[in-house]
Amino acid sequence: MRTVIPDQLKVQLRYPARAVGLAGAAAMVASVFLPWSYGHEALDDVGFTGLPSPLQFVFLILPIAILALLGIPLVGKAKLGRWAKIVAWNTTAKTASLGALATVVVALAAIAIELGGLVNIETGGWLALVGAILAAAATVFLPDSPEPTLSRVKSPRWLQITAIVVVMAIVLFGSAYALGMDDAGAFLTLAALLVGIILTLRQFGVFGWLGIASANNNRVLVMSAFVVAFAFPFTQNGSNANMSIAAQVLIFAATALGLNIVVGLVGLLDLGYIAFLGAGAFTAAVLSDSAFATINFHPPFIVTVLIAGTVSSLLGLMIGAPTLRVSGDYLAIVTLAFGEIFRISMLNLDGSDGPNITHGSAGIPGIPDLNLFGFDFGQAHIIAGIEIGRFANYFWLMLLVMALIILVFTNINHSRIGRGWVAIREDEMAAEAMGVNTFALKLLAFAGGAFLAGIAGAIKAHHDVSVTPEQYVFLESAFLLAAVVLGGMGTVSGVLIGAVILKVLPEKLRFFSDYRLLLFGLLMILMMRFRPEGIIADERRQLEFHDDDEELADEIEEELITHHAHLNPERKGFEL
Amino acid sequence: MNERPEVSREVLLDARNVTMQFGGLRAVNDVSLQVHTGEIVGLIGPNGAGKTTFFNCLTGLYQPTSGAVEFAGQALPPKPRLVVRAGMARTFQNIRLFHNMTAIENVMVGMYSRTKTNAIDAILRLPRHRREEEESTQRAKDLLEFVGLTGSGDSLSRNLPYGDQRRLEIARALATDPQLLLLDEPTAGMNPQETRQAEELIFKIRDLGLAVLVIEHDMRFIFNLCDRVACLVRGAVLVEGPPAVVQNDPRVIEAYIGMPANDVAAKPTAATEEDADA
Repeated sequence: MRTVIPDQLKVQLRYPARAVGLAGAAAMVASVFLPWSYGHEALDDVGFTGLPSPLQFVFLILPIAILALLGIPLVGKAKLGRWAKIVAWNTTAKTASLGALATVVVALAAIAIELGGLVNIETGGWLALVGAILAAAATVFLPDSPEPTLSRVKSPRWLQITAIVVVMAIVLFGSAYALGMDDAGAFLTLAALLVGIILTLRQFGVFGWLGIASANNNRVLVMSAFVVAFAFPFTQNGSNANMSIAAQVLIFAATALGLNIVVGLVGLLDLGYIAFLGAGAFTAAVLSDSAFATINFHPPFIVTVLIAGTVSSLLGLMIGAPTLRVSGDYLAIVTLAFGEIFRISMLNLDGSDGPNITHGSAGIPGIPDLNLFGFDFGQAHIIAGIEIGRFANYFWLMLLVMALIILVFTNINHSRIGRGWVAIREDEMAAEAMGVNTFALKLLAFAGGAFLAGIAGAIKAHHDVSVTPEQYVFLESAFLLAAVVLGGMGTVSGVLIGAVILKVLPEKLRFFSDYRLLLFGLLMILMMRFRPEGIIADERRQLEFHDDDEELADEIEEELITHHAHLNPERKGFEL
Repeated sequence: MNERPEVSREVLLDARNVTMQFGGLRAVNDVSLQVHTGEIVGLIGPNGAGKTTFFNCLTGLYQPTSGAVEFAGQALPPKPRLVVRAGMARTFQNIRLFHNMTAIENVMVGMYSRTKTNAIDAILRLPRHRREEEESTQRAKDLLEFVGLTGSGDSLSRNLPYGDQRRLEIARALATDPQLLLLDEPTAGMNPQETRQAEELIFKIRDLGLAVLVIEHDMRFIFNLCDRVACLVRGAVLVEGPPAVVQNDPRVIEAYIGMPANDVAAKPTAATEEDADA
């Protein structure tokens, strides 16, 4: 963030600003040992003296980080050695302070709303606010640091792997903790805090370093991500509510990955994608053992899944073949209409206007649980003393399906077909002029993406027990698209993160249900303003990032050594 | 200069009486042009003469209103990608690379029509997919080396310097394994040194046995390079012949820089009449 404060003033004020910043951070540290509110009902109880709540403990990370970022440089540039350049001390302190300020504001607002008025805020809360304002104001006056070079620091492989595993463990327990919160104010405070911490780490250069570490240890990353996801049900102690959300997240994410082929790789805007999920769900429903199933053919689920995927991809071809000759806005309008046509057709196939396939708005209820190879998905199981409920079973099934989908997506992305897709996205005319069969590839994308959505839909039918047309409204298509754009078009991990955010937030913010869409609109606008490439940028767009990083690291080290030797001629090199 | 013995060669590209009409505008008017195997042919002409439109007629982007184009004895297929399969590849006047792909990926896209991996092969990583992928990567690297882009393979194409982008576009076109390469202003925006490198590159391509048809405004470049030059003015071929002949043709000079001053003074009405015709 660039400020309008002149650089010269910043240099003059750097010592007083640093002192005020340190004082502010110290005030924030002190504040968690004082009560923030008079009542004990807000934010999972922040009303004790001398005993911080878990939330306040997590909050401590930011002020302690500010203390370190502002304090450590006081030892002087010479002692810091190359670390003076590796870390963007001042800028990171500024980010941390602004993050802390945002968190405190959200927390105090939550206390005021939940307990009825600002009078309920106690000394600790005010102290935290004053400290955060002081720290934020002071760090704005510090001179800007150069870009951090932490990502270029060489590190041993074991350290990289350890870092990945630690991050994954934090993700596992963090998500279990966050999902366990039922207080909306506390959840929002934690969300603000997490955003603050993540931005601070990013400014510090941790993500650049982690990006390289995970690029070097891709297998470890993928494996540990799956282990963490697999272990997630064990953190829930048989709670069905969260496992249901988790299974829904995976179904949503699988559909979003299908959409990601169409939007992210080929660059075709599709606003009716939920229809393909619906087509899969309805197909599975009418072929299931439900008493309301309208087709007297009940194949085993493996066959049903394939039929559901095929039906969806046939629909994809039907919509694709005539409309792929239009592009851009026109394609978006046609697909939008297609989504609505699907929903209304499902409503009308109720026996009065046509054949009775879907029972109209009543849909098909009573879809039995899956039973694969004698394993009943409706039964709870006890594994290692922890109850694994019905939704956890579906969660694991979806995890398996996700693994397959990710494999398909990555393999095809790194083939001639994937390159053809991206070439179409980049410049369709040039792609055609280079011999790429653009029409066939676009159809393949539509049909393939729809197939993935159809598979997800078939599992969703059994997970949800009933299928009705009103589950497949335009808003759901918009959410799918939002997950792809928010997470990062063309990436797997980005879309997964986008799907998690867009599914978990509404569940946890039921309190805000009226303002939910407003919140998402705001989120999207902010993303488009500050990070249009999404949370995770496509590797094709990030390649310059680890181009020759080792050489650069060597270069910088050498430059630092000569620089250092020049300052202290008696010393050769340094010991860090 | 370029004095190679005139050997009889086969006709590779045979465009006969190609006309392209856009509403009331006749952008290409009855143009006939032949390119033989292993030949470098230049296409010059002032701005708006219809050179690029003629290129688009040859590569399937436009369907000529009338006239016929034959390539290697066969009628030209009507779609750009089929033209590529038939063995003709092009570059663009304004560089049209795939900007967010790496240089090597750009070249590999060019191989699309010469490779066969289907979706199932790719998903299952079958051996033939892997083999083809390895071969493509190797060939892409070789092509990058050929055009002088060794070591830039992993850079995004939009991050390459301008001259390198032009060369990458040539590498991408070569990846389609063409018999005839059509270059649309390959040295536009280049400095003299880069232009000389481009010239060497085109000779190298000719030495591979390819024919080259090149549009250019840089006269020194074109007269150095080409075996034959055709000058297009207002959609029609004005002169065609060896560089030395075209270079000194008064009609060509007139088309580019107008009539000598004394001539203009002598017959001012003729010039205005001609302008009005245009």
